[in-house]
Amino acid sequence: MLRLELNGISKQYPAVRANDRVGLKVRPGEIHAVLGENGAGKSTMMKIIYGAVQPDEGRILWNGQAVSIRSPAQARALGISMVYQHFSLFDTLTAAENVWLGLDKAMTLPQVTQRIGEVAHSYGLDVDAQRPVHTLSVGERQRVEIVRALLTEPQLLILDEPTSVLTPQAVDKLFITLRQLSERGCSILYISHKLDEIRALCHHCTVLRGGKVTGEVDPRLETNAGLSRLMIGAEPPPLQHRPSRAGAAVLDVRALSLVRQDPFGADLHAVSFSVRAGEIVGVAGVSGNGQQELMAALSGEDPRAAPGSITLGGTDIARSGPRERRALGLHFVPEERLGRGAVPLLSLAQNTLLTRTETVSRAGWIATGRVQRLAEDLIARFQVRAGGAGASAKSLSGGNLQKFIVGREIAAQPKLLIVSQPTWGVDVGAAAQIHGELLALRDAGCALLVVSEELDELFEISDRLLVIAKGRLSPSVPTAQASTQQIGEWMSGLWDGAGLVEP
Amino acid sequence: MFKLEARPQPSKLMSLASPLLALALTVLIGVLLFLILGKDPLRGLQIFFVEPLKNLYALSELSIKATPLILIALGLAVCLRANVFNIGAEGQYILGALAAGWVAMQAGPATAWMGRGIVVPILLAGVLGGMAWAAIVALLRDRFNANEILVSLMLVYVADQLLGYLVNGPWMDPDGHNFPQSITFLAVTRVPKIVTGLRAHIGVFVALGAVALLWVFMFRTYRGFALQVGGMAPAAARYAGFSSRSALWTALLLSGGMAGLAGGLEAAGPLGQLTPYIPAGYGFAAIIVAYVGRLHPLGIVFSGILMSLFYIGGELAQTRLGLPKSLTGVFQGLLLFTLLACDTLIAYRMTWAPKLASARYPPGGPSASSPAKPVLRREA
Repeated sequence: MLRLELNGISKQYPAVRANDRVGLKVRPGEIHAVLGENGAGKSTMMKIIYGAVQPDEGRILWNGQAVSIRSPAQARALGISMVYQHFSLFDTLTAAENVWLGLDKAMTLPQVTQRIGEVAHSYGLDVDAQRPVHTLSVGERQRVEIVRALLTEPQLLILDEPTSVLTPQAVDKLFITLRQLSERGCSILYISHKLDEIRALCHHCTVLRGGKVTGEVDPRLETNAGLSRLMIGAEPPPLQHRPSRAGAAVLDVRALSLVRQDPFGADLHAVSFSVRAGEIVGVAGVSGNGQQELMAALSGEDPRAAPGSITLGGTDIARSGPRERRALGLHFVPEERLGRGAVPLLSLAQNTLLTRTETVSRAGWIATGRVQRLAEDLIARFQVRAGGAGASAKSLSGGNLQKFIVGREIAAQPKLLIVSQPTWGVDVGAAAQIHGELLALRDAGCALLVVSEELDELFEISDRLLVIAKGRLSPSVPTAQASTQQIGEWMSGLWDGAGLVEP
Repeated sequence: MFKLEARPQPSKLMSLASPLLALALTVLIGVLLFLILGKDPLRGLQIFFVEPLKNLYALSELSIKATPLILIALGLAVCLRANVFNIGAEGQYILGALAAGWVAMQAGPATAWMGRGIVVPILLAGVLGGMAWAAIVALLRDRFNANEILVSLMLVYVADQLLGYLVNGPWMDPDGHNFPQSITFLAVTRVPKIVTGLRAHIGVFVALGAVALLWVFMFRTYRGFALQVGGMAPAAARYAGFSSRSALWTALLLSGGMAGLAGGLEAAGPLGQLTPYIPAGYGFAAIIVAYVGRLHPLGIVFSGILMSLFYIGGELAQTRLGLPKSLTGVFQGLLLFTLLACDTLIAYRMTWAPKLASARYPPGGPSASSPAKPVLRREA
């Protein structure tokens, strides 16, 4: 008997048919991958299983019986648990209090604490229930979420992109736990777009594309290329990689230290590095280790850096605002596209005005015709699919808006381009295009600094790698000489000399 | 039953239709109101929507109400677009009237060389007075992060007290039989009328000029653009490098100046002296005007005229129908209230959803799921 079976499930949203007669069969104890690009319908399918969204048509069978799951509470009562990609934990509470909050009040806090200990022990998940969440690392937080899900003794555990925030070592640890769970009969739905992980972990794989099931395969017998074809319908074109010819240093950061502004942010400790013309320097690291703070200090959004700690082509810019830095040739693509890189309600044409002021006269008059043409040129040159220059930023898909924003900054012909999470939530085709554009910009002699949580991406496009951990920056290593193993260790802050430089 | 469903994109048509729909609903509720009060609804509507437009005299009176409403609302639109909630325009209006009145009272033989040109410094004083009052709000917000909504509102009452003190004390007309009012300003200081015999003055043209200037500022200047980005997406403004302090000061000084100008026009125009009755609620009504006009200069012209109809209609209803003057406020409130309700339809649409049929699932389906209990309960 199957643990879970979906039959002909459809869900229509106003603009898009998110699920079109999809089916899914999950056996007891099976680790079942759901693979697909952003927007392929994975999330909708999971929400339907977890009761957060009601399907328009189709049947759900749970252990052989037809059910309609009306709410997450009902899903949990059936034995379905879910661990979301973005954790829902209160930073100021302890792990045990967080778990306790999510349960009905049948147990007292000490009972919950004891149960956490038992569950954690039996699965080798190491969690200290008494520690406040803000002192936990991201991997530890995820373990708290998993323990919370396991406390209800689920028969089906749904994990949404669980490894996107983990170091390679933490991923290995997670896989051990998941295999243990599967051996004890718990089925696991594993949502991901990382092909290597799926091939290493999962027994079965359902592939979604454009709301439809495009394949059901045993991932252990497939190649990455084969899975990729099922997922996007084609293989992404290979990148043109030429050896870099790095020139003179463009950006120089010397002993940059900053105290956090956000109570749950990270302090920067004596960060030093440089970026030369014609090279891409990648910054790896688990999110929340100071990337945000470093980006704000480099872009000028946070102009508190000590004078002399940041120089651009010999000019001290530590205290300059974003506009002065842009005038000197420093352009920046932030990780949040809507609300930071673009104003959601404004048109693409108006959004060019955020960073491109050649269409503004010295006296401050906007030449609307030129603004319009600039936006149209960007749309054509970077193949942005949008309803013209007048379309609001909000109306574009994530990938297309990212192409527009990256294009806006590339077309400004910067001396230094800083990009944070260039392909976050972007489909494979757009990601390949963005990578190609960044490499072309490098070959044209621009200095690039790329911050990403995706190691694969950094290994693919960077010439040198840096790792940020706990607000400190590792020495740089040429990508050709770096290994995933080494970078993974560095992501935990374990490089030679780390921690020796106290602020 | 009806269901609200999110639109994939906000409807442009609805954002224009919503104020009209709101007006229609307001009229409908107004008709019901007249019926309940035992008055002829047709006569009531005629008083509100026909009488104020029926001849040149009526139009002249309408322009006197519409001018300050439009001027203040224009400034507020910039403020609200920048997410600076200045709701103390009434106080800035009073200060404008006081400053303009003070300059007007200095007129005499010594200023005779200026002739009618003295109106210019009088109105400029009005602008500066309103700006100064708004600058207090900006300063406290900028320096101490004091909430601008509270500060600007409280300053209305301070301004009101200041006016009361001046017309009861230092500025009281010595020959005024102890009435709390200033001297009547010299004829030369009065804002010129458009035609003799009617009260309408050149403030109308000032207001229309301001409409054009504000449109250009909002949609054709980089500073205006930066201001609005700050209101819509503060993180994007920081990313672009737009200063939020500069936006705060620009928005408040601009709207304070506009409210002060309206106050100056009123004091040196129809009133011709300072009395405790200068605050007529224009500063508060202009908030509604700004929103009903979609924070757009052209929209504000129409909503300003509409709101003036309510003002005059309320006064007429008092004399013709024997209804209280507060009917004006009722209509103004109804309009804002229905507008806010209708604005829901910009982002959502109404759909008719038949009751969720559980028959879609095979019999026994839904019930099979309900008896399950949380596992934890059993363990505890």
